[in-house]
Amino acid sequence: MDQEFEELYQQVILDHSKRPRNYGTLDTAASGSGAVHVDGDNPSCGDEIHLHVRFRPDGGVEEIKFTGSGCAISQASASLMTLKLKGKSREESRLLLEAFTDVVTAGLQEPPRMLGDLRLLGGVRKFPQRVKCAMLAWRAFDQALRLSLPDPGTPHPAGGTVSTEENSPHCP
Amino acid sequence: MTAPLPSLDSLDSLRADFPILHQRVHGHPLIYLDNAASTQKPRAVIQALVHHYENDNANVHRGLHELSNRSTQAYENARAKVARFLNAPSPEQIVFTRGTTEAVNLVAHAWSGAFLRPGDVILLTEMEHHSNLVPWQMVAQRFGAQLRFIPVTPEGILDLSRLDALFTPEVRFLACTHISNFLGTINPVAELCAKARSIGAFSLVDAAQSAGHLPLDFQALGCDFLAFSGHKMCAPTGIGVLCGRPEALEALPPWQGGGEMILSVRYESSTFKPAPARFEAGTPHVAGAVGLGAAVDYLESVGRARIQQHDEALAREAYAQIAQIPGFRVLGPAGARGGLVSFAHDSIHPHDLTAFCDQKGLALRGGHHCNQPLTRKFGLPSTTRASFYLYNTHAELERMLAILHEANRFFA
Repeated sequence: MDQEFEELYQQVILDHSKRPRNYGTLDTAASGSGAVHVDGDNPSCGDEIHLHVRFRPDGGVEEIKFTGSGCAISQASASLMTLKLKGKSREESRLLLEAFTDVVTAGLQEPPRMLGDLRLLGGVRKFPQRVKCAMLAWRAFDQALRLSLPDPGTPHPAGGTVSTEENSPHCP
Repeated sequence: MTAPLPSLDSLDSLRADFPILHQRVHGHPLIYLDNAASTQKPRAVIQALVHHYENDNANVHRGLHELSNRSTQAYENARAKVARFLNAPSPEQIVFTRGTTEAVNLVAHAWSGAFLRPGDVILLTEMEHHSNLVPWQMVAQRFGAQLRFIPVTPEGILDLSRLDALFTPEVRFLACTHISNFLGTINPVAELCAKARSIGAFSLVDAAQSAGHLPLDFQALGCDFLAFSGHKMCAPTGIGVLCGRPEALEALPPWQGGGEMILSVRYESSTFKPAPARFEAGTPHVAGAVGLGAAVDYLESVGRARIQQHDEALAREAYAQIAQIPGFRVLGPAGARGGLVSFAHDSIHPHDLTAFCDQKGLALRGGHHCNQPLTRKFGLPSTTRASFYLYNTHAELERMLAILHEANRFFA
């Protein structure tokens, strides 16, 4: 077995994919609840993430849950992400998003310690087709961050969608 | 009820003809079972390309010099070989395209422009590859026509019980795959094309998964058009074929305009050559056609009946054996099938499984196989597929089964 493959698919990842944490939904329908949901999909694989985030008035992440289906990488990434982001300030969550994106796309040799177990997913950069699997939940969170700060005067949008397909025009 | 498994006529000695097979991937001997996506090339085809580029290369049909004459002859020889390969009435029925997709687009767009009217119906099946679905969606939308689908049963075969209700007078075109690249189902295309003809509808057979895998007789199928890709039958990528009945090709207006397809050009308008030139605008993929001709020679030297028996024996054994492995289910009919098997696992996602197999040197396909609506109909996000060709061996099949057992342990 290729060592890089075993590093990526180690027990932590398989465990999170089979027993995802923070699996569920939040009531995002009520206006003024501070909660948004984003549906993320990866049409070429069929991966789906439905992310629900409730932001505090100061923009921090008060509660975050997801449901979804897909490969082990996409589901473990979502599960680990929710553990990491819950309770974080807006600034901290944005830094984590950027750090994770750097790790799986730019291939930082020494991923920042603040990512914790999420560093394990850095192994996907050896498997280019799987980068979008690891990024799916994070792209949904990126969208949730944008939705949570609407332009002044516009109604608060409670939902959005994001698709990773734009950058991967292939037909498996 | 199921017919006995065809015996496996060993073609192992042919592996020596395919240089790419003799390598290790991730430290393991390569087992290439992604042949429904693209096949490997025998040395004879690779050398035909080299010979062409080293000796004969020039533009075709227009140069008054030796190399152009040689290229033209090589290109037209390939056309004649393909015509014999398909039992087409003559080489004029063979139009070279980029592949199946371009051939279907050619027919869909050219035919629709001349014949499709609002309210007309294009009849497809629920098991069409996107390449034989999306072009028809595009023209249906453009001309206000409707799409109608012959349903697929849970067993993965066409439901032929309601054919009379489907073949109504509004049906003007039937487009149908010969062998499903997702299920392996072999469809009764001759019967369906006869039905289409009986109501005056045109018909097209997508032979992408059959042309290189079984004896194919264009005239016996009775379709108006037949399309396939070279790269799925030992030829290079970028070359494919549209074969048409003479009257059907004659009825089609040009699709793409440009050089080579014209008789006479004035500033305001032009006149066009008859088929096949009318449908080959611009400089064609000459080397690709030469390679396709070499691939046809190669397949004929092996014998397509032998290839069919060999591939089906492997696929049917794979179907039976994978179904026995805990957690796995196989898709498609249990009896006769093309040389491929799609399967799913109740907890391992196809992409994780396919990536695991790749680590063992085993090339499978994971995804929706360009059959999104059908994958959805079967309630799956995607599947893993093993597809066989003449150079695959029984030992490779056994190794694949062992790797699937290992995957069960790894992801447990």
